[in-house]
Amino acid sequence: MNNTELIKKGLPKRYRREKRFRLYGMMAVMVGFIFLLILLTDIISKSLPAFSQHWIQLEVQFDPDVLGVAADAEGKALRHANYRAILKRAIRAEFPDVSKRRDKSKLAALISSSAEYELRDMLIEQPYLLGKAKTVWVRADDDLDTYYKTADKANAVRLTEKQIAWADRLQENNLIESRFNSTLFSDGDSREPEQAGIRGALVGSLYTLLVTLLLSFPLGVSTAVYLEEFAPKNRWVDLIEVNINNLAAVPSIVFGLLGLAVFINYFGLPRSAPLVGGLVLTLMTLPTIIIASRSAIKAVPPSIRQAALGIGASKTQTVFQHVLPLAMPGILTGTIIGLAQALGETAPLLMIGMVAFIVDIPQGFVDSATVLPVQIYLWADSPERAFVAKTSAAILVLLIFLVVMNGLAVFLRKKFERSW
Amino acid sequence: MKKLIISISLMLSFSTTGIAAGRDTISIVGSSTVYPFATVVAERFGKSTSFKTPKIESTGSGGGVKLFCAGIGIDSPDITNASRRIKESEFNTCQKNGVKDIVEVLIGYDGIVIANAKSAPRLQLTRKDIFLALAKEVPAADGSEKLIPNPYKTWKDVNPALPADRIEVLGPPPTSGTRDAFSELALEGGCQSFEWIKAIKSSDKQRYKSICHSIREDGAYIEAGENDNLIVQKLEANPKALGVFGFSFLDQNGDKVQGSLVDGAEPEFETIASGEYPVSRPLYFYVKKAHLDKVPGIAEYVQSFTSENAVGDDGYLLDKGLIPLDEAKRNHVRAAANSMQPMTM
Repeated sequence: MNNTELIKKGLPKRYRREKRFRLYGMMAVMVGFIFLLILLTDIISKSLPAFSQHWIQLEVQFDPDVLGVAADAEGKALRHANYRAILKRAIRAEFPDVSKRRDKSKLAALISSSAEYELRDMLIEQPYLLGKAKTVWVRADDDLDTYYKTADKANAVRLTEKQIAWADRLQENNLIESRFNSTLFSDGDSREPEQAGIRGALVGSLYTLLVTLLLSFPLGVSTAVYLEEFAPKNRWVDLIEVNINNLAAVPSIVFGLLGLAVFINYFGLPRSAPLVGGLVLTLMTLPTIIIASRSAIKAVPPSIRQAALGIGASKTQTVFQHVLPLAMPGILTGTIIGLAQALGETAPLLMIGMVAFIVDIPQGFVDSATVLPVQIYLWADSPERAFVAKTSAAILVLLIFLVVMNGLAVFLRKKFERSW
Repeated sequence: MKKLIISISLMLSFSTTGIAAGRDTISIVGSSTVYPFATVVAERFGKSTSFKTPKIESTGSGGGVKLFCAGIGIDSPDITNASRRIKESEFNTCQKNGVKDIVEVLIGYDGIVIANAKSAPRLQLTRKDIFLALAKEVPAADGSEKLIPNPYKTWKDVNPALPADRIEVLGPPPTSGTRDAFSELALEGGCQSFEWIKAIKSSDKQRYKSICHSIREDGAYIEAGENDNLIVQKLEANPKALGVFGFSFLDQNGDKVQGSLVDGAEPEFETIASGEYPVSRPLYFYVKKAHLDKVPGIAEYVQSFTSENAVGDDGYLLDKGLIPLDEAKRNHVRAAANSMQPMTM
């Protein structure tokens, strides 16, 4: 048997092995894909109820006597009027047969508590409505809203039998309508599910990430450039290198503790502010950016440097005009991976007070704010049933945020990529 | 470069002094049990008055008091919530750090329930059953005054009237205030049914506490994290297990889980309010009096928290699962809170 025959004999076995290995790879991808699919279906199906909200139509009489204000009241006097009372009257007008005190309060409980503030704002804006009647749509309370959304109507325990009868009658009379829940995207947090939105957390996340980006990108890239291109090779530089690699593996809560001790207690920066959050997350993302940038810089072929130096460029010119532009795709990918990590972080924020109930939407870097993952955590922990859907909806928004960021990374990489 | 560094540090110092000069948002920290109630009050307060909505951090009772007692000054919180009364040691720390006048406000009660899935039969427990089933060490079954590691495997072993299911209780971890209260109210309550253990209290308080408050670690009690919603979901999936959580979660999930009877009382609004249901605890918040004229709106916030509209018999907090005080007590608390009477230990 000569060599050719020997190799031929072994061929089928080698082909089989290759096929098997391909199959394994495909199976691994499939398993990962199936898990992702299950996760996404679960989140999306659970989040669906959060995107709609039921509204009730009411004929409201802005009666000054019931409101407890003078007939020609304006502005400030209207602020503290009794709007709950005109709402109660309006819904009782739909159900004239309800007479007992307890039933009346159960009936009024079908309307969201936000309705009175909406009526207040409406009247302050349009004072001529005082003494007149107007048809308004108000949000349904989360218990009623959940009742309409659940398929299993027989098992509704949050509503009494009477309330269910009223709810059905509202539906028969076409006084109830399901609309797209824009509150979810336009409002801050609330303890009433029908009024809760993620705008506050989204804006907080944006501010925090902006601080992180503005600090960690220049710091990280300059560190990487110095260490890779300029630093002498000695023991000190090695020590710094080991430390940076170590920092990348430190649990994130440690950075939170550091932030509390340094930024809040020592520098006196405000608690719960995106500025402090951004500073802490900068500490956390720096090692990621430095390590990614260094390997990107290292991957630029030495011939490019030598060519630049050869035609008389200085070291700085070589680095900034030739090496950095070529390393940019890798640096940007590293930065965005680091930022994506920072976006999903809650543990370090716990220490600096960003895990908090904050209703007002932050207006700047030192306003109290919270971030998306914290909002998800807070909603997941709330007893009200309707928050289950809200939690999933918030997770979806976070995922979309992440996809957009990663998409940006791919786009930038494609744009700057150059082959040689 | 040097100029840049100097200007940046100058900017930072300016911005920090600008921040340190004042704060117009009330800062509240403390118990995760009071959090659902305090947040509702804060939100309504923000909407109905011209003050900003207070910021509330859920740090746990102990963590809240620690922050609260750190000192006076606008970088420390104005109010702390607690699901237990402030301890004497904590009060002394407060005094030492210059937080002299503290106003104590009792807002109501919270029940701790031991629930199982609705598909399983409802259990009738006594606190003694709970102690025997969950304590780390229990008195030997032969009646001698000796402690042995908890030998019980099923509920039937504990009490012949109970089903022969394996003891499996999902509950909060030791960092939780709910766990502390559960140990104190349910376990210690059952513990006291043994006269000889009760006698230890006067001679060796430490030992008494370790007997009555230690929960077994052999897998019968499963720490399920701080998330009570998760416990409810796990109970639904496993009808043989029991879960320990706050009353408001039972109130919201009445179609999925049912509360076990403890000492013959069902965990309901009325039974917890009357004290008939034994596993319930008071909820408080504490106000730093020195901050009253530093941060706007504190007095008004306290007023709206104690108003009849919030904690009264028909108040909006009841809808969130708070158990109200009786009327006389409520009026007393309101009067004391509105006049900002400092507490004494």
